[in-house]
Amino acid sequence: MNILFDERLDGALVRRDKSEVLTDLQQAVPDMTLLHREEDLRPFECDGLAAYRVLPMLVALPETFDQVKELLKRCHALGVPVVTRGAGTGLSGGALPLEQGVLLVMSRFNQILKVDPEARLARVQPGVRNLAISEAAAPYGLYYAPDPSSQIACSIGGNVAENAGGVHCLKYGLTVHNVMRVDVLTIEGEHMTLGAESFDAPGFDLLALMNGSEGMLGVVTEITVKLLPKPETAKVLMASFDDVEKAGRAVGDIIAAGIIPGGLEMMDKLAIKAAEDFVKAGYPLDAEAILLCELDGVEADVDDDCDTVRRVLEAAGATNIQQARDEAERAKFWAGRKNAFPAVGRMSPDYYCMDGTIPRRELPRVLKGIAALSEESGLAVANVFHAGDGNMHPLILFDANKEGQLALAEEVGGKILELCVAAGGSITGEHGVGREKINQMCSQFQADEISVFHALKAAFDPQRLLNPGKNIPTLARCAEFGAMHVHNNELPHPELPRF
Amino acid sequence: MTERAIADRDIADALCEQVRSAYDARTPLRIVGGDTRAFYGRPVEGQALQMAEHSGIVSYDPVELVVTVRAGTRLSDLQEVLAEKHQMLGFEPPMFGEASTIGGAVATGLSGPRRPWAGAVRDFVLGTRIITQEGKLLRFGGEVMKNVAGYDLSRLMAGAQGTLGVLTDISFKVLPIPTATHSLRLTIGLDEALKKLAELGRKPLPITAAAWHHGELFLRLEGGKSSVAATQASLGGEPLDAGFWQELRDHTHAFFTCSADQSLWRLSLPPNTAPLALDIPEADIFYDWAGSQRWLKTTLDASTLRDACRAVGGHATCYTPQLQGGAVDPFTPLNAVVEKYHRNLKAELDAHGIFNPGRLYAAF
Repeated sequence: MNILFDERLDGALVRRDKSEVLTDLQQAVPDMTLLHREEDLRPFECDGLAAYRVLPMLVALPETFDQVKELLKRCHALGVPVVTRGAGTGLSGGALPLEQGVLLVMSRFNQILKVDPEARLARVQPGVRNLAISEAAAPYGLYYAPDPSSQIACSIGGNVAENAGGVHCLKYGLTVHNVMRVDVLTIEGEHMTLGAESFDAPGFDLLALMNGSEGMLGVVTEITVKLLPKPETAKVLMASFDDVEKAGRAVGDIIAAGIIPGGLEMMDKLAIKAAEDFVKAGYPLDAEAILLCELDGVEADVDDDCDTVRRVLEAAGATNIQQARDEAERAKFWAGRKNAFPAVGRMSPDYYCMDGTIPRRELPRVLKGIAALSEESGLAVANVFHAGDGNMHPLILFDANKEGQLALAEEVGGKILELCVAAGGSITGEHGVGREKINQMCSQFQADEISVFHALKAAFDPQRLLNPGKNIPTLARCAEFGAMHVHNNELPHPELPRF
Repeated sequence: MTERAIADRDIADALCEQVRSAYDARTPLRIVGGDTRAFYGRPVEGQALQMAEHSGIVSYDPVELVVTVRAGTRLSDLQEVLAEKHQMLGFEPPMFGEASTIGGAVATGLSGPRRPWAGAVRDFVLGTRIITQEGKLLRFGGEVMKNVAGYDLSRLMAGAQGTLGVLTDISFKVLPIPTATHSLRLTIGLDEALKKLAELGRKPLPITAAAWHHGELFLRLEGGKSSVAATQASLGGEPLDAGFWQELRDHTHAFFTCSADQSLWRLSLPPNTAPLALDIPEADIFYDWAGSQRWLKTTLDASTLRDACRAVGGHATCYTPQLQGGAVDPFTPLNAVVEKYHRNLKAELDAHGIFNPGRLYAAF
């Protein structure tokens, strides 16, 4: 299934002559870098969802707030769409360019403006890398909690756009829980400060709305994040299981014991093998599943909790439990998990990463469903799972050079997401909808709910110039897409016209 | 069992019907739960939309850390159900009367003493069911910890005071009740207390509440037995009854009694803000949230307070606007651009202004 922008389904875009737009923008923002030659545009044709590529009309690389403001004003006046991009590590095609659009690249906004250890806040530009914030805060014994696996490269602006998570979300929250304030430019070039350095701000919580809005409501130009004191200690336990379901139940047992681990991750046999072959993390190759449980906090509490978790894991039928002896072994255990994606990448020419979430109790049923889909399609699936918060990352292995395999992988992926929705979950826990899951939005939401999303968008960007075609499908798309997925012989959205 | 004691009533259909009629007739609605928070915000003229009947726990799975509850459920009932499973609402919502409902708690968006450490109401909202202006019952968010599909309408509803839609059901992330707790008081001056709080804040200590008033610093420690005992030993001080935090949370503490000419104000300021240069006796100020939330009893006017807050990046809310006969805006006015987008949002989601019109600001 091709997911590239389709004006027939996604809405008409203004067509303007490239050289006219170029001249116009060069005059309006004379000191800003504006790329227009094909060879200069090429590096920006995709983000982390590299299967889809579109050459943007122009690439803007502003360095100042005023440049972004003038650029947006002109694009608004010309009716030219604007797609904002950070580091380009997003996995859902949220920064996939448009042929008729300007790609606004915020990577030159890379300054950490202030680290305030007394207030435990950092004020940063959106192009700052996630990990760089924690590095800057480290001398004060502080850090920035959300840690997506791409944290070495991904930018904090992109984290806000996608409401990024990581392996420590259950205890420390997502991006939305750790951002205090954002400065935003609207498509009309108006400046808004949302949130505050204080714990709340008057009016609607537009800050919460901006998190995860995928660049559809405004362009973030500055971010203030909360910093936390580094836990005194962190210890990790690795438990092996001879059965995936037992491992799944053990996760619930740990929570039921009143413990919220800093990280609680699960990997299945295929993922274990891939990780072990790649980084030699010391994972047991004979296990059907492993759990990594990290406990952090004050030393004495962590020791108590380790004892409790060990007892819970034993009772849950773990065949082996190992506690990392030192920091080096702890890092090794995590290296296997954090490198699970590239590790799987070594086993197969291509893989397709899904991001569904489910209530944890549904794990055995959903895993069975995934195994059945894998068998039926002949495509292997490795499961990596943020078990603590029910966020699954099934990795579908395929070879794009083999006729029809990409389409098959996408079909299996779509079905996995539908399994998640049917289990009471969501099509995306942390990677975002972007362009990738635009059709699956129609399974998770009804037409009326999607209409409310459109109304919300219209409050900020009635001409739909910011990142058109992402995040929220048109009803026309749902009608078209729905026609391909008939459940129980009932046509979804029967009220809509079909093409 | 407590769960049985909570009336299990789903009146969403009737509520939708009333909203549809109001939409057609353009009749403003005043959304009422337990009617314990009417003082918070501007008065609303309108036909009452009674939510209290819409009550009950829709689902609760302690192992998932998720509860879904109807908006009219009493806060005290919900807390009791959670406590039976050793769990709680992490944002410690204030309760201004026994009739207080969970819907009202979310709509007003108020959080208790734990807020700086655990998070606000909106941080724990996972999903909602909302009645739209056309009287349709729609679902946003869900019952899972992570969900970034679509815009986060559920969190937007927290604190919107019912001006964008009617909350009928809310799903929350809940937390285990900490194993150990200890509250203490230390005799210490204001400047020294603020310095100490900033210093403690940089350490990974199990502090979950910190207040200062009239020469005393009040701290609550919660966490594992070992860390609470160790922190208690290092801080010293006199033991404090845990009921203190409830009195502070619910404004039943003696401090909150104002004299006839005083108004009660809430100041929300950046962490580590120095005492403001306002002509108010120390006894009439109560520092909560390690100094970020300050309660003031004062005769000073709104603009004096708001200017002082704005200068340091904070804002001020009047908790007793009715005392000034409605002459004071309870909430800090928005700047022009932010207000424009508030109006746009209101116009999109409530075109005829039927949902609690004027509750937050006169203009919408």
